[in-house]
Amino acid sequence: MSVLVVVECDNGEVKKSSLEVASYGSQVAQLLGTTATAIAVGVATEANLAQLGEQGISNVLYDAEPRLKDFVNGAYTKLIAAAAEKEQAQVIVLANSNIGAAVGSRLSIRLKASLATNVVELPKVDGGKFTVRRGAYSGKALADVVLTGDRKIIAVKKNSIEALHNAGQTATVEQFSAQLSDADFADAPKQVVMQEQAGGVLLPEADKVVSGGRGMKGPEHWSLIEDLAKALHAATACSKPVSDADWRPHHEHVGQTGITVSPNLYIACGISGAIQHLAGVNSSKVIVVINKDPEAPFFKAADYGIVGDVFDVLPKLTQAVKELG
Amino acid sequence: MKFLVCISNVPDTTTKITFTPDNKEFNKAGVQFVINPWDEYALTRAIELKEAQGSGTVTVINVGEADTEPNIRKALAIGADDAIRVNAKPTDAFFVAEQIASVAKEGAYDVILMGKESIDYNGFQVHGMVGELLGIPTVAPAMKLDMSGNTATLEREIEGGKEIVEVNTPFVASCQQPMCEPRIPNMRGIMTARTKPLKVVGPVGSGARTEVAEYALPPKKQGVKLIPAESAGELIKLLRNEAKVI
Ligand SMILES: Cc1cc2nc3c(=O)[nH]c(=O)nc-3n(C[C@H](O)[C@H](O)[C@H](O)COP(=O)(O)OP(=O)(O)OC[C@H]3O[C@@H](n4cnc5c(N)ncnc54)[C@H](O)[C@@H]3O)c2cc1C
Ligand SMILES: Cc1cc2nc3c(=O)[nH]c(=O)nc-3n(C[C@H](O)[C@H](O)[C@H](O)COP(=O)(O)OP(=O)(O)OC[C@H]3O[C@@H](n4cnc5c(N)ncnc54)[C@H](O)[C@@H]3O)c2cc1C
Repeated sequence: MSVLVVVECDNGEVKKSSLEVASYGSQVAQLLGTTATAIAVGVATEANLAQLGEQGISNVLYDAEPRLKDFVNGAYTKLIAAAAEKEQAQVIVLANSNIGAAVGSRLSIRLKASLATNVVELPKVDGGKFTVRRGAYSGKALADVVLTGDRKIIAVKKNSIEALHNAGQTATVEQFSAQLSDADFADAPKQVVMQEQAGGVLLPEADKVVSGGRGMKGPEHWSLIEDLAKALHAATACSKPVSDADWRPHHEHVGQTGITVSPNLYIACGISGAIQHLAGVNSSKVIVVINKDPEAPFFKAADYGIVGDVFDVLPKLTQAVKELG
Repeated sequence: MKFLVCISNVPDTTTKITFTPDNKEFNKAGVQFVINPWDEYALTRAIELKEAQGSGTVTVINVGEADTEPNIRKALAIGADDAIRVNAKPTDAFFVAEQIASVAKEGAYDVILMGKESIDYNGFQVHGMVGELLGIPTVAPAMKLDMSGNTATLEREIEGGKEIVEVNTPFVASCQQPMCEPRIPNMRGIMTARTKPLKVVGPVGSGARTEVAEYALPPKKQGVKLIPAESAGELIKLLRNEAKVI
């Protein structure tokens, strides 16, 4: 019996969300009186994998098969299933990412496991009863869910678990092969196209986001958003009408019908705060709203607010960030 | 080609969420239910592809009790040819996936489309489960779907980009924008929907693998702290020293 965590790597580095997943897994292992092993996917370096010791991982399995560089649903599922068998894993923890969801849902069938996605807290283990808390109703509710299967798969929502940093701890790194064949790569992508990320920060992974709405008046004013984002090392985002009007690309659109983000800081500039927009951002830790209308509904969901004109306020904020150093 | 489109019956996006007094179930009283917004992309795209091919059928499936029928009829009014309702309370994603997989297998559907996720339970998991139960590929979430013969070309969203994926039928895809412009029913559609076949079948399978013990509302915000626009820079100091997020 053990805990297996799935660690996603990109350009040699372990993704931030996977550091959270590893920390979650090692704490579950502690609760269950066992150890946590990681299986790494994507392009990793041995040094970065060994560093997962800081998140409480004791051993990391890594398959250096070059075709595993990009996500392939069939191959990733088989690899992780093989690692789960090797480790006799009772609990498997992965990120609530597009990769995590695609693999986790297939694995749950293959391993006859209970699956909970969108999980926001460590589990409660009471005798044989294993309960996790997950977000539901687009962030408008939480559900405590009992995982009744012997095996459990948990997909952890980004930014909901603090990553551990036990300085100096290292994990062993073990070569592992799932004996993948050509058939396992049948659904490999023909092409992978990465988007230019404003300021180089990936929106779904970002822990700070600066977002603009129709109040920004037009795409020509987006440098105000980008300057503040750059100063804060934040990603940029937008409301639906903004991407519908092609002021910004679709992948920046957050909300009920866009992507869901849960950063530590979400700064909304000239966004009214419609319920469908809030659904994508309401689990952000701190929400700042800048809007010239004091009655804008977004203020009700905000922690800090400025009633004012974005064209006046944004440059002042950027300046103030730069002065912080 | 035979298309199967999965639709989930969910509270309208503006619904204020409340629960029954024991906090064990969502309180449906006075709530307007709609077709899950993502599923509208799946439905419209299936109809468009069928029209382009000049033949074939679009069947919608819902796992739910009789109160979902108005939205099933709406899907028929939008342009589906027939519908299947698996008469059961959809108790979790696995239970729902087993029903869909069973119907898909029996009807030998070529393309199974669904929404990216249901906005009530936010599982984002039925697609992978159905694909695995049937032993066929799943592409999720897909932003684009084109077909040529038995081969589909899809754009799959990944964090920070997209993948171009090619699969042969049968396959599962979960859909999101900007795949198509979802259609709304017209008068003729509403009239013909009344007489289109809606078959009700019983559930199969081994039951749910999860149980909701309790629902809760997220902790309330403290209330907004307003900073005067003239001293906007103060906000940045508060974010560093008080909220500690920068
Ligand atoms: C089924 C459905 C799904 C939807 N999904 C989404 C979704 O995923 N994401 C989403 O964002 N929306 C979604 N919407 C749309 C949503 O209802 C709102 O229409 C949208 O969020 C409004 O965008 P906005 O706030 O940018 O624009 P507006 O509502 O027009 O708000 C602009 C705001 O800017 C302020 N403003 C104007 N000028 C200035 C200035 N100079 N300085 C400061 N403030 C200024 C105004 O006071 C106003 O509050 C959905 C709607 C439906 C029906
Ligand atoms: C009264 C009531 C109580 C419920 N209680 C629970 C509960 O306690 N626990 C729980 O997990 N779920 C419950 N649900 C079911 C929930 O509505 C979902 O249908 C189901 O759990 C799958 O959700 P998901 O978010 O995992 O699906 P996702 O994986 O997010 O859905 C992806 C896609 O699958 C399709 N799909 C999802 N559900 C259905 C469906 N029912 N019929 C046809 N296609 C579908 C849709 O195309 C959807 O876009 C309840 C529903 C009702 C009406």
